[in-house]
Amino acid sequence: MADASTGRELLRAEHIAKNYGQVTALTDINLRIDRGEVLGLLGDNGAGKSTLMKIFTGFVKPSSGQLHFDGKPVELSSVSHARSLGIEAVYQDLALINELNVYRNMFLQREPVKGRFLGILDDKKMRAAAIEQLDRMGVRIPSVDVPVAKLSGGQRQGIAVARSVYQKARLLLLDEPTAAMGAKESALILDVIQRLKDEGEMGIIIIAHNYAQIFDVCDRVNLVEGGRIVFDKKTSETSVEELTDMVVREYREARRSVQAG
Amino acid sequence: MSQSLDTRSSPGATPGEGPDATRQASPAWRRLARLALRQREVSIFLAGVLLVLYFQFSNSAFLSTDNLANLVQFSATTAIIAAGEVFVLVSGELDLSVGMVYALTPFVMFFAAGAGLPVGLAVIVGLLAAGAVGLVNGVVTTVLGLPAFVTTLGTLFLVNGLTLTISGGFPVQPTASGTFTSLFGASPLAELGWAVLLALVLQFVLNKTRWGLHTIGTGGNPVGAAEVGIKVRLIKTGNFVLCAALGGFAGVLDAFRIGSIDPLAGGNDIMFAAMAAAVIGGTLLTGGSGTVIGALLGAAVLGILKDGFTLLGVSAYTFDMILGAAILVTMAINVRLSIWRDQGEG
Ligand SMILES: Nc1ncnc2c1ncn2[C@@H]1O[C@H](COP(=O)(O)OP(=O)(O)O)[C@@H](O)[C@H]1O
Ligand SMILES: [Mg+2]
Repeated sequence: MADASTGRELLRAEHIAKNYGQVTALTDINLRIDRGEVLGLLGDNGAGKSTLMKIFTGFVKPSSGQLHFDGKPVELSSVSHARSLGIEAVYQDLALINELNVYRNMFLQREPVKGRFLGILDDKKMRAAAIEQLDRMGVRIPSVDVPVAKLSGGQRQGIAVARSVYQKARLLLLDEPTAAMGAKESALILDVIQRLKDEGEMGIIIIAHNYAQIFDVCDRVNLVEGGRIVFDKKTSETSVEELTDMVVREYREARRSVQAG
Repeated sequence: MSQSLDTRSSPGATPGEGPDATRQASPAWRRLARLALRQREVSIFLAGVLLVLYFQFSNSAFLSTDNLANLVQFSATTAIIAAGEVFVLVSGELDLSVGMVYALTPFVMFFAAGAGLPVGLAVIVGLLAAGAVGLVNGVVTTVLGLPAFVTTLGTLFLVNGLTLTISGGFPVQPTASGTFTSLFGASPLAELGWAVLLALVLQFVLNKTRWGLHTIGTGGNPVGAAEVGIKVRLIKTGNFVLCAALGGFAGVLDAFRIGSIDPLAGGNDIMFAAMAAAVIGGTLLTGGSGTVIGALLGAAVLGILKDGFTLLGVSAYTFDMILGAAILVTMAINVRLSIWRDQGEG
């Protein structure tokens, strides 16, 4: 399934760069993901992983470079545009609204409404669908009626993941989706990712610090360093040990350059 | 790694049905109290009732028809402006200019009617002018990125100057049929009706529609709202327009009630009263949370205080001190209550 034939290409990034004023977040990113493929994106803090993801969701405009979706060049004009193409994301900051309850967060900007242009919220429908989705994913929360501010970090991440998965995305982007979770919750999320992968059509990019945790679910691993992809291997051709060696080497080099400079 | 997960592990349990069972542990009165106080509006409502009782015992004229009409006249337009201010505050911004829009709009209406438009259309032209000020507030704030405090401070002076210029500084008299005049504010019942109707409709908009939801989202977490694709600039601008239009409408109502359009009417006094009403009613200045009904009750409480102390013969200066203290006390209580509310549910 991970076999990359051109017909299965979902997203390709060519020479993507991004500057924030003086800060260069991304220098030259070349990356590709196929349908049904799970790509692990690794890299140090500040390597530019989140920035890259926000470019894929249309939230951040690249300074230069070209994206291709479904083999066609695209310019993502907005988040709504990207979502209409089937690109969904769990942002590192989760993008939840503390003041809103669980089910309204789950359907934010995708609310089922009544009364057409009046846009009256169909709370009943949202609530029932949220309960069902969270249940199916095994996300345990006391109630869908409480504001998300009252929930734990792991529960909030569960909701954010459930929201993005609910939309039947074609490309799912997960930015450190299990960072605030305990082992048991993380396992649940990884199960969900595995299930989505087994269905065979969705492309998934996971950004994770704990690469040992996601290694098994990934088909391929990329490492971001200095705003570039410096390592791209199938998981069948590498190992957690090799990745650890790379990260340690990267850390040593970073420290040496700091000491030198 | 914190393991703060709810560890009920039976996969069949339906989330959303469990909590009621766990909550039954606390005694009934506490649950009731918490339920009541969870509605921000309840505390301000209770304060209003207590004040009415106090003033009625101090002076039996308080609940007379005449005085109630007085009360409505003070509170109704303040409440309407406060409703607009609630939307702007919930979206995470602030509008200082709305009191000046209140003064400008009836003049625009007056000149439109003078140019030959029927009075109904003239009102609409006035509201469009008001909305245009809101549009400027919104666009300058969201596109140029100025703090709303600065933007609306600028338009406050701009609009005030404009009103004084086009009026020449003198009041004028609006003309309309008797029915129109009484429907648009001259009758206290009509004015009360407008305030209550608008509060109910706008409360519904805030809590039960997409616009309200996105307003809360925009104020509660601007970055997160933008990340899921909410057009936060559009939402903020729309709420500036709504607030200005409501300010203009309040100005029109008062113009017909008083029978005179005064370039010095409203201004910062009514803007601050509306802001106070919104805040006393439970709307946060930090965005993401607010209630229109609360603002209506807040305006009523301000009116009750003002009217009650006037009946008791307290001077206007003393009243301002009492008002200031009342704002501080109610806000302190509100903050304590909401902390208690939050702990109670954790
Ligand atoms: N909105 C922003 N404005 C300015 N600099 C930013 C912004 N977002 C990210 N950066 C900078 O870009 C670099 C990459 O950040 P990020 O993509 O968050 O890295 P990662 O997710 O890999 O930790 C960092 O140096 C960060 O400070
Ligand atoms: Mg990041």
